[in-house]
Amino acid sequence: MASYTITVNNKQHTVDVSPDTPLLWVLRDELNLVGTKFGCGIAQCGACTVLMNDNAIRSCSYPVSAVGVNKITTIEGLSDNGDHPVQQAWDEMDVPQCGYCQSGQVMAAVALLKRKPHPTDEDINAAMSNICRCGTYVRIRKAVHMAAEKTK
Amino acid sequence: MKQVPANISRRHFLKITSLAGGGVLFGFELLANVAPETAADAAPLFSPNAYLSIDPKGIVTLMAPNPEIGQGVKTSLPMLLAEELDVDWNKVVINQAAFDKDKYGNQSAGGSGAIKGRYEPIRKAGAVARMMLIAAAAQTWSVPESECSTENGFVIHAASGKKLSYGELATKSASMPVPENIKLKDPSAFKIIGKRIKNIDNRNILTGKPLFGIDTRREGMLFCMVSRPPAFGKKLKSFDDTEARKIPGVKNVVRTDTVVAVLATNTWAARKGRDALKVEWEDAGKLESTTEHIEAFKNLIQQKSEKPDRNDGDADKALSGAKKVIESVYEVPVLSHAPMEPINFFADVRDGKADLYGPTQVPGRARTDVAKALGIPEDNITLGLPRQGGGFGRKLRSDNVVEAAQISAVAKAPIQMLWTREDDMQGDFYRPNGMYRYRAAINNNNELDGWYLTAVALNGRAAAADNFPAGALANYRVDGQGLTSNIQTGPWRAPTHNAIGFAEQSFLDEIAHELKKDPIAFRLELLEKATTNPVGKVNYNVEKFKGVINQVRQMSNWDKKTPGRFKGFAAYYSFSTYVAEVAEVSIVNGKPKVHKVWAAVNCGQVVNLSGAENQVQGAIVDGLGHAMYTAITLDKGAVQQKNFNTYKMMRMQDAPLDVEVQFVATNEAPTGLGEPALPPIAAVVCNAIFAATGKRIRRLPFNEAFTAK
Repeated sequence: MASYTITVNNKQHTVDVSPDTPLLWVLRDELNLVGTKFGCGIAQCGACTVLMNDNAIRSCSYPVSAVGVNKITTIEGLSDNGDHPVQQAWDEMDVPQCGYCQSGQVMAAVALLKRKPHPTDEDINAAMSNICRCGTYVRIRKAVHMAAEKTK
Repeated sequence: MKQVPANISRRHFLKITSLAGGGVLFGFELLANVAPETAADAAPLFSPNAYLSIDPKGIVTLMAPNPEIGQGVKTSLPMLLAEELDVDWNKVVINQAAFDKDKYGNQSAGGSGAIKGRYEPIRKAGAVARMMLIAAAAQTWSVPESECSTENGFVIHAASGKKLSYGELATKSASMPVPENIKLKDPSAFKIIGKRIKNIDNRNILTGKPLFGIDTRREGMLFCMVSRPPAFGKKLKSFDDTEARKIPGVKNVVRTDTVVAVLATNTWAARKGRDALKVEWEDAGKLESTTEHIEAFKNLIQQKSEKPDRNDGDADKALSGAKKVIESVYEVPVLSHAPMEPINFFADVRDGKADLYGPTQVPGRARTDVAKALGIPEDNITLGLPRQGGGFGRKLRSDNVVEAAQISAVAKAPIQMLWTREDDMQGDFYRPNGMYRYRAAINNNNELDGWYLTAVALNGRAAAADNFPAGALANYRVDGQGLTSNIQTGPWRAPTHNAIGFAEQSFLDEIAHELKKDPIAFRLELLEKATTNPVGKVNYNVEKFKGVINQVRQMSNWDKKTPGRFKGFAAYYSFSTYVAEVAEVSIVNGKPKVHKVWAAVNCGQVVNLSGAENQVQGAIVDGLGHAMYTAITLDKGAVQQKNFNTYKMMRMQDAPLDVEVQFVATNEAPTGLGEPALPPIAAVVCNAIFAATGKRIRRLPFNEAFTAK
């Protein structure tokens, strides 16, 4: 076991966990931030996507010991009132079916829009590699474009 | 261990919930603007049935009775209540009901049946309340009830201009007699049913609130991972937990009859402990492989069944006398359900009582099965329903509920059991693989007049024998067979239809091309025969079938040819719903690319237009993704695809840019919708691939037939 101080959603947290603990389980089990989801455990599905600084990472395969001073943002810390343009667009397009993958999808879209404020369909194909088992891709794509418009 | 503070801060709200049958409060945020408790909170509620209540301050609480697995019933069933109650949708509170058979009847999620089965009864539950509110107002004003009407949570007496809110009438309404003749709204007066209503949990989903079973946190709860058999045909012999117990955080290791469970203070410790177990498994049955199943299928489809599923005329004679016989064999693989939320369940079994909470499509069966497994009365078991991260049929089995309950019972502690994705891939009840041998007789007039399908699937459920073109052909026979196996199989979204839809609709396309007929015109011709000269039982409505076919033909501009783009078509009837689809594909770098899909759907009255469209789009993407890439193969009882790196799922880059959906405008009672758009899509796309390449796909997944240039 070891002690780590990590910055999550602009707050510092000190946790006492084993060094190989994936960030996902620190978020979910130690910090009670359960919006970040477990889907596969091998960085394939993206349900566990969070931001490290401005980049999307798959927290199920990112050990807490590697976080260091980098700033982590989870779905809970994306906005104060759930009104980030990506959250708004997801709601307006009524994207979710079961909803389980959507926090990861939202975080992946946020990272994409930080990098490319006006992504093309090809950019979306390349960046949005998260699995939605319900198949909401048509609406996700429209919501990413809508969020880009809102951010103008 | 940390505890999430209970998400309930108002006694008032608790009261509503307990009155309405327990459940977890997901609609809490909707109450954000409600003033703090006052004396009025102590006043009685108006609740003529378990589905709704109105408090004196006018808070309308609606219950969502069925499990929400992504099919949208947590939104659409309360919409039915709100419509007949005549309240402002934006002001209602919606709670998920816990399992309570006496109050809510059939609370399962399966067979695309919730809306179909509950459309009238739930509307009546709303209408009863509205009639009692009117009665209370009429009595207050001493006017006839017939002079009163309702609007958005008020009863109005137009002649005098009087108006009372439902909150003001709540207490008095509770003493009104329950009406016997319940009058439902005429569909022309609908304000909520048929409109685009957003998923009521959007906000909670998009801000990461604890909604799902996996998010459950309870006082003293231990996280649990299980060591399960590595193959079908293996069972637990013995285990050594010395190393597992050394992992910091591991608190206990217990075994049930079937599994070894590691309990820890966090998930990662449970996982490491589980992986550190030394478990010995022993053979308990045959260790079967997919290759052997396929060899057996090849043999079985050449055999005749003594008991055909359907036998009109004489298919053998039609085939032997045919000018030409078309014969094709189609094949589909085993599939896993792989809901995004891995299998889990919370269980607290102590002192002969069980408190259960988690994802299941069949809470009733789960409770019965747990009672049996633990030897306690069903009445000692409570079962709450969270939002669920997908179902697709996986959770029609109660194995996860029973397993969690057994572990908790042995450990005498509250636990949250969680499977890894690898556990799920090996522990599923799979969509059975199957093989379908079709023979079609073409007579001297160049007409299809004989059809003989020999179908076989693992553990049966091979054919849907009454499917079109049954009824349109003088000679039609289906022999369905099963190959008994110890590989667990079960219903997967649109069971049987998800396989036969591909085979049958591809074969019809083959025949159309053989006869040099347009695939749509050919279907319409056959449907005409089912009207003018029906043979045997015709279980579909010809006019509705034709309606969706003509609609999709128009939507997709079927007759217009675009250079480099190719269209395919199929239509399918299942769960009492008619769906016709067209896909447009091109060949990019030697591989098929699906650009757009059009779907015309007749599911009766659409309840939630946004949710309904989402279901159809999702079912099409789901069916297409599995048809493109996905297969499970077994080797000596072990599943070879362990996770999403080898069990490939549809992702954004391969999804169609658009799926355009139109619903037939009708006020007929709703039929199923979660499943019916899935069965045709594999054939739709494979038929388009044939149009593009001349290559007929007879085996899924179809990407195996293409290699990148």
